[in-house]
Amino acid sequence: MSEVIVITSGKGGVGKTTTTANLGTGLALYKQKKVVMLDADIGLRNLDVVMGLENRIVYDLVDVANGMCRLKQALIRDKRFENLYLMPAAQTKDKTAITPDQMKKLCQDLKKDYDYILIDCPAGIEQGFKNAVAGADKALIVTTPEVSAVRDADRIVGLLEAAGFEDPKLVINRLRPDMVKRGDMMDIDDMIDVLAIELLGVVPEDEKIVISTNRGEPAVADESSKAGQAYRNMIRRLEGEEMPLMAMENIEPSFMDKLRIFFGLKARAR
Amino acid sequence: MDFLKIFGRENVSSKDIAKERLRLILVHDRANVSPKFLEMIKSQLIHMISDYMEIDEEGLEVKLTRMEKDKDITVPALVANIPIKKVKHLAKI
Ligand SMILES: Nc1ncnc2c1ncn2[C@@H]1O[C@H](COP(=O)(O)OP(=O)(O)OP(=O)(O)O)[C@@H](O)[C@H]1O
Ligand SMILES: [Mg+2]
Repeated sequence: MSEVIVITSGKGGVGKTTTTANLGTGLALYKQKKVVMLDADIGLRNLDVVMGLENRIVYDLVDVANGMCRLKQALIRDKRFENLYLMPAAQTKDKTAITPDQMKKLCQDLKKDYDYILIDCPAGIEQGFKNAVAGADKALIVTTPEVSAVRDADRIVGLLEAAGFEDPKLVINRLRPDMVKRGDMMDIDDMIDVLAIELLGVVPEDEKIVISTNRGEPAVADESSKAGQAYRNMIRRLEGEEMPLMAMENIEPSFMDKLRIFFGLKARAR
Repeated sequence: MDFLKIFGRENVSSKDIAKERLRLILVHDRANVSPKFLEMIKSQLIHMISDYMEIDEEGLEVKLTRMEKDKDITVPALVANIPIKKVKHLAKI
């Protein structure tokens, strides 16, 4: 059974593209899944660069939607990882170049041949967001441990729920255990508490992310990267395995955190 | 933890301040109340009460906060502080 998962955030720059690249690569590399990573950030495409595939683009998402080429012609096969494909966004058009219905159709077509379709959503709540979520079955929400990012994440939770997504899952990115320890950064509990959604995983701040992005090689494939380990854990959870939160340096996840990762639902006070 | 208590205390960790600020912001965001809406409530309150009391309109304060309903369950609450200047005779009837 194949699944379309959209990676959203509300606030920009919190790690949607990084999350998409790492989860996509990991699912293909460690789970032998056929994966398409779809860049829905039309006009500001980035996923190609993060994946190091920027030189291989011929056609893009908008070309496919408008019938300028066949679906398979636009998909870029990643030669390093078997079963991994990228559908690049158009760079010279804007978010109105496609419609939610076109996205739905595209996702339906991709589901016939691939196990996972991961959609890298643009920041914001406008047309680009509506397009990106249109064909998705599930949603992830990425946030960093900051007031503004969590606030925007909450807005996205509301919009996703209104759009019929039942249990969007949270990815906390760029957590700094040292700051959490001295009480200068919200911890996992704090964020689950206010957002009241289930947690998929926690990615620590890791300079390996910057290094791997420089090289165009996702950190998930780097066994020595802490962030990579976090993504590997998330992949196993996506595949239905029970994986405890990783004990990050200096943070022993509380018993509640461990429970919440599977049963984290709390009624949202609305 | 109480919002006011947190701001009143010194040496509160910045993450607790962040969390409390966030909670209050989300109460507003989720309830979708604009400052304009609160102003509307305010003026209707003044109108309604002025039959019975003379109130200090400048000092009138209407705001959304959170309130502990039961242990561990907090709900959004509308709080109005209405400074009274004088109770009109009518009110004593
Ligand atoms: N865990 C991390 N540790 C260190 N740096 C990170 C981490 N996650 C993301 N970054 C860096 O943060 C920046 C923004 O990440 P990314 O491009 O994935 O965000 P985005 O949500 O896709 O942004 P946009 O809204 O612009 O599309 C990048 O430079 C990335 O390398
Ligand atoms: Mg991005």
